Amino acid sequence: MTEVLPETKSGGTGGGALLEVENLQVEFHTRAGVAKAVNGVTYSVNAGETLAVLGESGSGKSVTAQTIMGILDIPPGKIVGGEIRFRGTDLLKLPEDERRKVRGEGIAMIFQDALSALNPVFPVGWQIAEMFRMHRGMSRADAKKKAVELMDRVRIPAAKDRVSDYPHQFSGGMRQRIMIAMSIALDPEVLIADEPTTALDVTVQAQIMELLAELQRESNMGLILITHDLGVVADVADKIAVMYGGRIVENASVHDLYRNPAHPYTKGLLESIPRVDLKGQELYAIKGMPPNLLDMPTGCAFNPRCPYRQEKCVTDVPPLHTISGTRGSACHFWREVLDGDAQ
Amino acid sequence: MSEPTATQDLIQGTPEPTAAAPAKADKPRGLWHDTWDILKRRKIFWVSFALLLVFLVMAAFPTLFTDKNPEYATLARSMEPPSSDAWFGFDLQGRDVFARTIYGARTSIIVGVLATVGTVILGGVIGVIAAYRGRWLDSLLSRIGEIFLGVPYVLGAIIILGSVAPVQSNPGKTMIMTVVILVLAVLGWPVLARIARSAVIQAKHQDYVQAARALGAGPFRIVFKHLLPNSLAPILVYATITIGSYIGAEATLSLLGIGLRTPVISWGIAIADHTRYIRTGAHAMLFPAAFLSLCVLTFVMLGEAVRDALDPKLR
Repeated sequence: MTEVLPETKSGGTGGGALLEVENLQVEFHTRAGVAKAVNGVTYSVNAGETLAVLGESGSGKSVTAQTIMGILDIPPGKIVGGEIRFRGTDLLKLPEDERRKVRGEGIAMIFQDALSALNPVFPVGWQIAEMFRMHRGMSRADAKKKAVELMDRVRIPAAKDRVSDYPHQFSGGMRQRIMIAMSIALDPEVLIADEPTTALDVTVQAQIMELLAELQRESNMGLILITHDLGVVADVADKIAVMYGGRIVENASVHDLYRNPAHPYTKGLLESIPRVDLKGQELYAIKGMPPNLLDMPTGCAFNPRCPYRQEKCVTDVPPLHTISGTRGSACHFWREVLDGDAQ
Repeated sequence: MSEPTATQDLIQGTPEPTAAAPAKADKPRGLWHDTWDILKRRKIFWVSFALLLVFLVMAAFPTLFTDKNPEYATLARSMEPPSSDAWFGFDLQGRDVFARTIYGARTSIIVGVLATVGTVILGGVIGVIAAYRGRWLDSLLSRIGEIFLGVPYVLGAIIILGSVAPVQSNPGKTMIMTVVILVLAVLGWPVLARIARSAVIQAKHQDYVQAARALGAGPFRIVFKHLLPNSLAPILVYATITIGSYIGAEATLSLLGIGLRTPVISWGIAIADHTRYIRTGAHAMLFPAAFLSLCVLTFVMLGEAVRDALDPKLR
């Protein structure tokens, strides 16, 4: 089955990945100036694959996702360059009504806070059923039946009794399950999860991640997991793209990244995870503040906070050096960063 | 995996399925259910609701309250004070004031409600378009609204009615009322447009609108399934209060002689016809005036009760 799916699902892509973002550049034009939120981001995801996009607030990870979905507010947003290819077609060149067909059916998205991402005035079942009525033209009764099925599939207990409850009557974890049910209703090929567990308790976080992983296994969809939480990523992701200041600073498989980060920023992130064996010692923190998008540092965006900083970092923007295969690091001194960790 | 998941989710506060089923019937659900829950505990709501019912019945079936003909005039009984035969006395033309007051309810409520409907449609459409499209169209529509807002209400009405009324020297009842209704709506829409605009702008930036877009909803669906239902509360509240103030406005215009005119029967006309006789026969003016005040008060109270119930901060 796994051999067949890429054929049917991504037929005609000419060997490319299911979803490819290439050199995407997004700016925000504000009164205070131009903020380069996304500055040449390239990543891709295949069917059945999980890509984790890791970064702090303002790193451009969510803006990239919004641009892929086509829900970026333009203006103030502006797509300056790049391509977003879904099954080989550049979404940015599609007219709006064709693009809308891709949303939900081809690529779907779930949001951080499910309470605000669900319409408060309609029952959840109605909202899930709406997906079938809107895209498949189903009758009210059929759509409702499908909604109950989906609620069962995302493991909402007593789905049948709860189908006409309102979003505020559910717990945070249950709401996120409903949001997930809505987003997978039309069997999308790619699911973008924008910090799906950030608003949840740690125990519930694990359940939601497990649910996502399971749904992905069942339907072989590509999953883009946007997060700032290294802990969430470790179990489920296949590969990781670390973003900083609107750029990808490191590309790696989960294993490589955790074992031996190749960018000082990634290294700092890993070192600032609390560890039981270091209890009592001061927790490491990356010094300084995230860059101001209106006033980016020259050269490497991370240079003001970087322990490896040299003259070159202030003058030259580091390209994404290929370390091996798909692994890359946008640091002039990636060799030293790798070695430093090995010591 | 399914076993621990189910249990843990239950611990987080999802009601047990077995317990939820019987409790379901009386469980408050959704914004409107919550609102109703609060409303039914408020005295002011029931008082205004009862008054509203009385006025509505009065408007629909005036014969339930009086069997006298409001048009029947006996000049010999002109300005006769209230008696057991005619509770509110007789007016200048010798017509029964009680009957005319009862029949006046219909006119006032029709004018108030229809002018409000016109205002909601006109203001609502303009406000929603301005908020949804934004940018230059928003600026343009908002400026146009401000121009209308800048015109003093009565002055605007005098100008419009003064130029429209003489066209037909002997217009029918419907014509007279239609003109007044249109004038009220045309002069009143900008406030509603502002309310609708701000409500929609607020709703527009909510995550669920983004989420709906991300799942493939088109503009039509966004407006009608997401923006409008979530903007309805403030519009509804303002509309209810507006019915009251339009009834008052109709009376003001009638008093000035530019609003409704005979053959229409309305409280405003009754007041206008008898202001000069306030010292000799106050009854002919005071009874319609009292009904007018009570009716305006009813709608304002009702609107405020609904507003309080919808305001989450007062819960």
